[in-house]
Amino acid sequence: MIHPHPPMGPKSPDSPRRAGDVQARFDPTSRLGRRRGPRSSSFRSRVGAWASGGGPLIWLTAGAVSVSLVMVLGLVAVIAVRGLGHFWPAAVVETVYHSQAEGEIRVLGAVRRSETVTPVVLREIGYEIPDEMADELFVRHLFQLGNRDLTGQDFRWFPGPPFTGEWSYPEDVLVLERTEWGNFFGYLRGLQENGHVVAEGEEAWPVLRDRVARARDLRRRIEQIERRGIGSVNIRMERLRLEERAMELQGDEDPQVLAELRARRAALAEEYSVLEAQRLELQQEIQRDAVVAETMDGRLVDIPLERVIRASGPNRMSVTEKGRHYVGKFWEFVSDYPREANTEGGILPAIFGTVIMVLLMSIFVTPVGILAAIYLREYAKQGRFVQFIRVCVNNLAGVPSIVFGVFGLGFFIYFVGGGIDRLFYPEALPAPTFGTPGLLWASLTLALLTLPVVIVATEEGLTRIPRSIREASYAVGSTKAETVWKIVVPMAAPAMMTGLILAVARAAGEVAPLMLVGVVKLAPNLPVDGIAPFLHLERKFMHLGFHIYDVGFQSPNVEAARPLVYATALTLVIIIIALNLTAIAIRQRLREKYRSESD
Amino acid sequence: MSEREAGLNAAPRTTTQEPAGTRNLLAGLGTPVERTPVPGLQAEAAAFELDDVGVQYGDVTALKGVNLTIPRNRITAFIGPSGCGKSTLLRSLNRMNDLVDSARLLGEIRLEGEDIYAPGVDVVELRRRVGMVFQKPNPFPKTVYENVAYGLRIQGVRRASVLDEAVERSLTQAALWDEVKDRLDKPAVELSGGQQQRLVIARAIAIEPEVILLDEPCSALDPLSTAKVESLMYELKADFTLVIVTHNMQQASRVSDYTAFLYLGELVEMGPTDQIFLKPGEQATEDYITGRFG
Repeated sequence: MIHPHPPMGPKSPDSPRRAGDVQARFDPTSRLGRRRGPRSSSFRSRVGAWASGGGPLIWLTAGAVSVSLVMVLGLVAVIAVRGLGHFWPAAVVETVYHSQAEGEIRVLGAVRRSETVTPVVLREIGYEIPDEMADELFVRHLFQLGNRDLTGQDFRWFPGPPFTGEWSYPEDVLVLERTEWGNFFGYLRGLQENGHVVAEGEEAWPVLRDRVARARDLRRRIEQIERRGIGSVNIRMERLRLEERAMELQGDEDPQVLAELRARRAALAEEYSVLEAQRLELQQEIQRDAVVAETMDGRLVDIPLERVIRASGPNRMSVTEKGRHYVGKFWEFVSDYPREANTEGGILPAIFGTVIMVLLMSIFVTPVGILAAIYLREYAKQGRFVQFIRVCVNNLAGVPSIVFGVFGLGFFIYFVGGGIDRLFYPEALPAPTFGTPGLLWASLTLALLTLPVVIVATEEGLTRIPRSIREASYAVGSTKAETVWKIVVPMAAPAMMTGLILAVARAAGEVAPLMLVGVVKLAPNLPVDGIAPFLHLERKFMHLGFHIYDVGFQSPNVEAARPLVYATALTLVIIIIALNLTAIAIRQRLREKYRSESD
Repeated sequence: MSEREAGLNAAPRTTTQEPAGTRNLLAGLGTPVERTPVPGLQAEAAAFELDDVGVQYGDVTALKGVNLTIPRNRITAFIGPSGCGKSTLLRSLNRMNDLVDSARLLGEIRLEGEDIYAPGVDVVELRRRVGMVFQKPNPFPKTVYENVAYGLRIQGVRRASVLDEAVERSLTQAALWDEVKDRLDKPAVELSGGQQQRLVIARAIAIEPEVILLDEPCSALDPLSTAKVESLMYELKADFTLVIVTHNMQQASRVSDYTAFLYLGELVEMGPTDQIFLKPGEQATEDYITGRFG
C-alpha cells in the first residue's frame, strides 16, 4: 500500500484508530470505511492523519526552503538578465513621431525599455489623446537616441503606434561609441583622411572598421604612455621633491646632494619630454581620420576617429558578429577603466579594489581573530570575565557598520594615520600621506568589523574538538602548547575557514563604512602597479558596492547608467561567490585532512 | 574541608628511601590503615605504590583511602560498579585528573619510589613514563604512521630511520603491523574500531613507557577485536606494567594477574585474580562478582 503520508509519528503504529483511518482512505468498501459514515467525517480524519504524520511541518519547512531558493535565484536572475542584456547590440529603429506641439519628429534610436500606460499618464506628460481613444492602453518606448552633444537629450520616451509612423530598420545605420558625449546614432556617409574623403557610401564600412581598429591601437599606446610612462615620471618627480623637502626640513642641505638631486630632476625632465614627444606624435596620428555621418535630422557631421571607441552597424550585423560585439563589450566592461562619470567603459578598478581590499582584510582579520579565539578558549580561565568578553565580542558583531566607519575615520585615519604622517612623512605635509582615507585603513576597518565573526566561529570549532583527542595527546606526553598547536588548532582549521567565509561575505558587501575610510568615485591609479613598493596601501580605491551606489544614484545620466548598475551588481555577486567558493574548497580539503571520528 | 583534613591526617607520609624494586612491598609501607597482606604480592616488585589516595572534584569525594600496590610487569585490573571511582583512580596514576580544574588529590602515589604529585614533578615526563589507552579509540586525525610517530616527534625525534623503526616496532608489538603496513599513509580514522584501538596502543608503546593504563579498552569493541586486544595485553606484560579498568568481569578474570575491587570510592579488597574470583575475602566482592548488584 502506497500513500503519500504514511503515519510516521511514534504513536501511529500502536494506534488502531489511526491505522483504521488510513485504511478508510484507500479502501472505501472496507467495513471500517463504511462505518465512518458521511464524507466530511472521513475528510476530517484524513486531515487528522495527515497532520499527525507531520505533514504540515514538512510542508512548512519545505515551503520555507522554496521561498529562500526562489528569492535567491530570482535576485540573481533579475540582475543577470538586466545587466547582461545591456551588452547586446540592439537593433536601431527609424520612425517618425507626430507631435502636436513639436510637429513631426524623426526618431532614430534603440529601444531600451517599453511599458504599457493608460491615456491618463500620456496626457499628464503632455500628449494629446483624442477622446475616442481614451479607453485604450498604449505602449510607450524609451529610445536611446544618442547624440547628446547635438540634441542634449539622449534618452526619450515616445509612444508607440498609432502616434509613431511605421518602424523600419535601415541597413546603413551607424552607431558610434565615443569617448565623450555618449553614443552617436546616424547614417554612415563617408570617411575622411586629413580632411579628404577616402571612401563613401557602402564601401566606407570596411574602411571604417580598419581605421577604428587603428585608432584603438593608437589610443591604447597613448594611454600606456600616459599611465605607465608619464605617470611613473610624475611619481618619481614628486618623490624627488619630497626628498628635497625632507633635507630642507632637517636643515642639512649638502650642496653635493642637492646637485645630484638637480641632475636627477633634469634626467626625469628629459625622460618626460621624450615621452611627451612620443605622445604628441601618436596624437597627431590618431587625429588623421574622421567619419562623416548624417544625423536623423539631416545634418552632416564629422566625428574624428580619435574619439570613437567602437563603430558598429547593428542592423547589418549577423548573429555571430553581434556575439563578437557582445563579448568585446563585456570584456571591456570587466577589463577597462570607467569613462564619462562611470556611466561608460569598464569597472576594472572597482573589481580590483574590491578584491584587494577583501584579501587585505582577510590577512588582517584571520590571525588576530584566530589567536584571540584560541586564547579565549584554550588559555583563559573560564569565568565571568571571559564570559563578559565573549558577550562584548558578540555585541561588536551587531554594531552598525557605519559606526565602524566613523571609528576608522577618527582612530585609524586621523589618529594613527596622522601620527604616521608627522613621524615618517613630515616632508609631504600639509598634504597627508597616511592621514587620509586609503586602502590600508579601509581594510583595517573592515577587519575590525568582521573580527567577531572569525572569533565566534573559531571558538565554536575549538569547543567541538573532543576531549578524548586532547587527552590522547596529553597521554603521550605532550605539553599543553603541543596539544593546542599540533592537534587542536589544525582540527579546528575548517571552523576557522568558516569564520573567514562569513567575514569575506560580510566585508565584500559592505559599503557604508568604506565611504568614510577610503573608497572614492574615481581612483586615478590602481592600488597595485609596477612602481615600488608595488602595493600602495595609502591610495584611495574604487569598490563595486560603492560603484553601484555612485552609478545608480549619483550619475548625471540615469538612463545610461541603469544597465551598468545591474551589471556591476552581478559582478559583485559573482566575485563574492567566487571568493566564498575558494574558501569553501579550502575548508573541504582541510575537513578531509583533519577528519576525526567525532565529525 | 574537614574531610580533606581527615584524609590528610589519616595518611602520614612515609619516607622509605629503599630502592623500590627490591624491598618487601607491604612491609615498607607502614601506614596506620589496616591492610590485609595480599598473598603472592609480597614477592612482586612494585611499579606504583598508593598510600591513602583520595580524589576530590570540588566538594565531591570520588575516591578515598585507597592503599594498594601495583606490581611491575603484571596486569592489574580495577573492577567495580559504575561510579565506584576506578577510572578516577586510574587517571590519577598519570595525573590525567590535572586537566579537570576542580580535581584535587590526597595521599601519595609513588612510581618507582618517587612521589608523582610532589612539587616540581614534570607531568609531561610522567605521562611519557605512564601511557594511557582510552575507552573509545581516539586516534589523531592524522595518518596511521603519524599517529604512532606523534609521541616521538614531540620529543624531538626527527630522523626518519629512527621514526620508521619505532613505528614498525610499535605496530608489530601492538599486533597491527601486518594489517596496516601497506596503508601507513592512510588516515587513521579509516581503520576499523578494533584496529584503531590497537593503533592507539601502538601509539602509547611507541614512546616506551613503563606503565600502560587502559581505561575500559574493549568496551567499544566487538568480541573478536576484544579477543585480539586481550591477547595483545598478555603479550605486552613482558615489557610493560599494565593497569586495566574494566566493567567486564570475564575480561578481568581472563587477563589480569591481580584484581582490585572498588566500591563507592573505596578499595574493598585486592588480591590475585584467582583468589578474588574464587574465594573473595569480602561479602561485597562476592556479591558483585556473582552479579547480585552492580
